[in-house]
Amino acid sequence: MNPGLDAAPGIVAVTAVTIATLVIGTWGLRFSRTTSDFFVASRTVRPRLNASAIGGEYLSAASFLGVAGLVLTFGADMLWYPVGWTAGYLVLLVLVAAPLRRSGAYTLPDFAEARLGSRGVRSVCSVLVVAVGWLYLLPQFQGAGITLRSTVGAPTWLGPVIVGMVVLANVTSGGMRSITFVQAFQYWLKLTALLIPVMVLLAVWAGDSAPTAGGGTWSVPLASGGGQGLYVTYSLIIATFLGTMGLPHVVVRFYTNPDGRAARRTTLVVLALLGVFYLLPPVYGALGRIYAPELATAGRSDALVLELPRIMLDGPAGELLTGLVTAGAFAAFLSTSSGLSIAVAGVLSQDVTGRVWGGRRLGGVAAFRLGAVIAVTVPIIVALAAPNLGVARAVGLAFAMAASTFCPLLLLGIWWRRLTSVGAIAGLAAGGLGSGVAIAWTLAVSDPDGWADTLMGQPAAWTVPLALATMVVVSLLTAARIPAHTGRFLVRLHTPESVDLDRS
Amino acid sequence: MSQAGPPERVRVTGPPRRRTPAARTTDIDAETRLGGMYMGSLLREQLRLAIGVLTVLALTVGLLPLLFHLVPRLSTVHILWLPLGWLLLGVAVYPWLLALGWAYVRRAERNEDDFAELVSDVEK
Repeated sequence: MNPGLDAAPGIVAVTAVTIATLVIGTWGLRFSRTTSDFFVASRTVRPRLNASAIGGEYLSAASFLGVAGLVLTFGADMLWYPVGWTAGYLVLLVLVAAPLRRSGAYTLPDFAEARLGSRGVRSVCSVLVVAVGWLYLLPQFQGAGITLRSTVGAPTWLGPVIVGMVVLANVTSGGMRSITFVQAFQYWLKLTALLIPVMVLLAVWAGDSAPTAGGGTWSVPLASGGGQGLYVTYSLIIATFLGTMGLPHVVVRFYTNPDGRAARRTTLVVLALLGVFYLLPPVYGALGRIYAPELATAGRSDALVLELPRIMLDGPAGELLTGLVTAGAFAAFLSTSSGLSIAVAGVLSQDVTGRVWGGRRLGGVAAFRLGAVIAVTVPIIVALAAPNLGVARAVGLAFAMAASTFCPLLLLGIWWRRLTSVGAIAGLAAGGLGSGVAIAWTLAVSDPDGWADTLMGQPAAWTVPLALATMVVVSLLTAARIPAHTGRFLVRLHTPESVDLDRS
Repeated sequence: MSQAGPPERVRVTGPPRRRTPAARTTDIDAETRLGGMYMGSLLREQLRLAIGVLTVLALTVGLLPLLFHLVPRLSTVHILWLPLGWLLLGVAVYPWLLALGWAYVRRAERNEDDFAELVSDVEK
């Protein structure tokens, strides 16, 4: 912590974003009346607004802070993170988007139950949604702590607590409808908050007669270490390309589209919005390589985006830009954690808090609110207690888990008639256990070395095929248990809404 | 009605010679073999399209790591002042992904329109 730090721009920025978020959330509240509003904004969100909201929700701390930090430390091979996070939407578009919307289900467990007609599959999916959601929420809260420490000098626990409170206030009061407006606003805020500073900083760099840092391996888009490097890069590609479709907060968003075609068009707009955004963080990484290489050696590369304006510019201009990037970073925590909390709360409210407990049963909205409190509180406590993993790496593990569980389920559920509930459970268990063990291994090993640690550190390349193969083989072995309604369900998934069919 | 009068005229008709074809959606709803064939063709078309797009993605973006692994000299190539790896992964890949997505949406919607035309009322 820097004792001479000027805290004013950071405090102003955080306060402004918090107030704007609450105000827009409250404004959206006027439109929020029913349980359907709460969960899916009554399925009436138009593609452009919805795409901004998806972009706002998706661009997390890992995108806003993590990518620049990773590029600064490791170089061009880290560009695969933003590329994979964008390409994941292309994969989602071509394989999942329209059928998922047409399934009419709200969460992944709903989809699994409707497709396979089994409570067992539903329970396994619920556990996995909560696991992936919390794994993803953790770095958001830790990132909030880092941000407040490096811009304001506040203690690390303050960030998670503020983000948690704002998210709870918004989620419990307005649900999905009000969050849609908040998140659409936050996409544009995040874009502005990176775009304006980067233009100023590039002008400064050009004014310094455009110095360059030595290239070397830094400009090779491949992890170092020969064969292991190749494995790590491809495994990362598999995790991000296939993991996007399995993220609970992304999936929930698709149910807010009016129909399958709108779901596709929304995804296309998302591809454009993400492509524009991801041009920017690597520029910070490259500038940081020239002006602030000491951040990487000090292990504080996640703070690069926040500190670069002050390092490159003195006086009020630097302070102003610091305020702007802080606002963007805070928007990133708020929007992603809101989306994840809604997704986790939705599942908890359907499967835990909405159940009959002690002879009493909470109503839809009350159960959702209680679910939201649990969804936010648990990861905050863990974030305060657990060591910091590095924002982008923790998110990477969440992607690996999503890719090795929900991706096979969605792919086979949508395109393969012979999937059975037993096969689905076996595949989910194989992928979930495989990636879970790998994550635990990675957390336990502090100094990775050799093939075993490499395979565990980036597990998707073996856990995804493992889960897929298990699902297929076990389904074929239990072919007698193919659900009777499979044909009818596939009709619903794949036929356009304009065709008048029995969709019961 | 009890008064005698000319008996009411009755039109005598046979069974319709030409059936009005029912919309083929009923075949799908009833899960007949014909309906199954319609559905199967739509599913195959869409899956073929999806696999096509993903193959193009794998053969372009997906081959980059292998390419840089096999031809290390590529990482020293600069276009203008930007290293090739940066140009491809930092900039060029995004418009490419968008173009692939756009082509997919157009073709997928055309497949659905063809299907809707096929199964909707033939008389229309």
